Amino acid sequence: MSVSKPRYFARRDFQRLIDVLLDCGYQCLGPQEKDGAIQYLPLDQVASLPQGYRDVQSPARYQLQTTDSPRYFSWANGPQALKPLVFAPRESLWHSKRDADGRLQFVETIPEPTPLAVIGVRSCDLAGLTIQDRVFLHGDKHDPYYAARRENLLLVAVNCSHPAETCFCTATGNGPVAEAGTGFDLLLTELNDGYLLQAGSTRGEQVAAQLPLTDANDQMHYEAGQQRLAAEQTMSRQLPALNIKKSLLQHQEHPQWEAIAERCLSCGNCTMVCPTCFCHAEQEQPQLDGEASVHERVWDSCFTVGHSYIHGMVFRQETKHRYRQWLTHKFSTWHGQFDSSGCVGCGRCISWCPAGIDVTEELAVICKEQPDA
Amino acid sequence: MLNPYLPREAEIVERIQESATIFTLRLRFTDPDHQAQYRFEPGQFNMVYLYGVGEVAISIVSDPEDESICDHTIRIVGRVTRGLAKLQAGDRVGIRGPFGRGWPLQAAEGRDVLIVTGGLGCAPVVSVINYVTQRRERFGRLTIMQGVKHADDLLWRERYQHWSEMDNTQVIVAADKASRDWPWRIGRVVELFDEAHIDADKTIAMMCGPEKMMEVAAARLLREGMTANMVYMSMERNMQCAVGHCGHCQYGTHFVCKDGPVFSYNQIESLIGKVGY
Repeated sequence: MSVSKPRYFARRDFQRLIDVLLDCGYQCLGPQEKDGAIQYLPLDQVASLPQGYRDVQSPARYQLQTTDSPRYFSWANGPQALKPLVFAPRESLWHSKRDADGRLQFVETIPEPTPLAVIGVRSCDLAGLTIQDRVFLHGDKHDPYYAARRENLLLVAVNCSHPAETCFCTATGNGPVAEAGTGFDLLLTELNDGYLLQAGSTRGEQVAAQLPLTDANDQMHYEAGQQRLAAEQTMSRQLPALNIKKSLLQHQEHPQWEAIAERCLSCGNCTMVCPTCFCHAEQEQPQLDGEASVHERVWDSCFTVGHSYIHGMVFRQETKHRYRQWLTHKFSTWHGQFDSSGCVGCGRCISWCPAGIDVTEELAVICKEQPDA
Repeated sequence: MLNPYLPREAEIVERIQESATIFTLRLRFTDPDHQAQYRFEPGQFNMVYLYGVGEVAISIVSDPEDESICDHTIRIVGRVTRGLAKLQAGDRVGIRGPFGRGWPLQAAEGRDVLIVTGGLGCAPVVSVINYVTQRRERFGRLTIMQGVKHADDLLWRERYQHWSEMDNTQVIVAADKASRDWPWRIGRVVELFDEAHIDADKTIAMMCGPEKMMEVAAARLLREGMTANMVYMSMERNMQCAVGHCGHCQYGTHFVCKDGPVFSYNQIESLIGKVGY
């Protein structure tokens, strides 16, 4: 459906949004400051929102500061948002039971989650979710675990007004504001006194209908427009203005891979915070009594030695090959697999890399020249 | 919708010891309905689950038209296969599959078939050899080139002997190191192309084994005048989910588990033999 006309929602009424969502049977998650980072945690009181918080991000740096601003959303994303809510970091896929005669029984353990409403979703994470949907739902092999969580998600997006220094969603084309059709149920634009609120789905409209909304005036629209412009102009990081997908494939032996490997710790932080990375390992947890065994999946990373291991061989023994795999997958081979780039410009891999490796800078070195036709 | 992650119980009908480290499990699903509707193509694989230990990807070697059984020839290389080796007839395992794309057997009909395989990686192509020899009239000349490191590594020696005696069939087997009664050649199999009778326009090649061997063999076949889309190879990578979700088997753009394991040479020409993929 098309997005509804923006209406004004006063900040003093924000608790009402949380209450309506709770009344509709949703568990509510919202951004909160915990352990020095903005995290999405269960929310029932507006007071738990990170009012006045700002973040300072740069390569290998993430720090929160407080201000006396009344705003709840004047920060850029923390380490995680939607990915762990749909693609669980660790979950049981099935368990097997063995009876006294050695017969095996397999029981699937598909989650039955309570409906979940997430407040504060950014456009980069909506884009990340769309990409993960393609990985887990759109092929001929449908993932019922991901699907069960995904179907139960209601998304209250908030346009990004304060991108971090590490953000580059204008370069990837999915921010800082959420466009129609990007998957939100409700969309908020935070202004000095309140919000412009739009519904993007029938469910969103049903929630909106229970909120005290008034008509938005020209001044509010102007403020929202100026805010968007300022957010766009804050982002200075660029991607090379050429065919990265092709250029990366033509520069697989570039000396820069070696130069990156001298800094890269192969820790996998970039893959853990990335909203699109989907690699996972399957593993077995046999019970001590020997009568049952749980088969589970856990997030994995192409930076581990085990990722490319096969009976005695490791295909990507060297860090330069692992980094090359990750960056090439994200910006090039992803297109062939899922018809899009695997990067949404959230900049998390830059902030959370302990060595401060910046993908935009590395791409600029590797993809300097226009690829051959 | 079916859960692609969930195995089904199968019973070991027979266990055959092929060599000190290689064995074959003949399996049948315990649910007769599932057994009746289970279909696969040679070159496809199953995920075989050992209770309490985990799953491993194993190619299917039995005939696709034998609806009563599913055979897996397995080499002991790790935790799961070591445990599977200890199972006996009557024991149960889990099976998910079949997965992936198999050999281009339809495209091969009416053509000469060249099989090139090395090391112990012959199980996936043995399914093709059996398929062709049991439908001999549908195919042209059959050439089987098999290389092993040591003569003792050659599985199914009698079968190679048997195939070599069939009409319109040539068998070239080479070992780097021969044993006393070794009837075949000494050396590397890729050095023996001069002895193979290859009609480039009529031949389809299917290979399995060490990547270096397949790379050298493919280059040679292209020099012989074969086109890259008539040269096929079965690739091996870490496979855990088998449905293109877990990410381990990525090979360039491809997921070996669902886009392969059988690829035509033109699909993977830019990757094969290169380090780090």
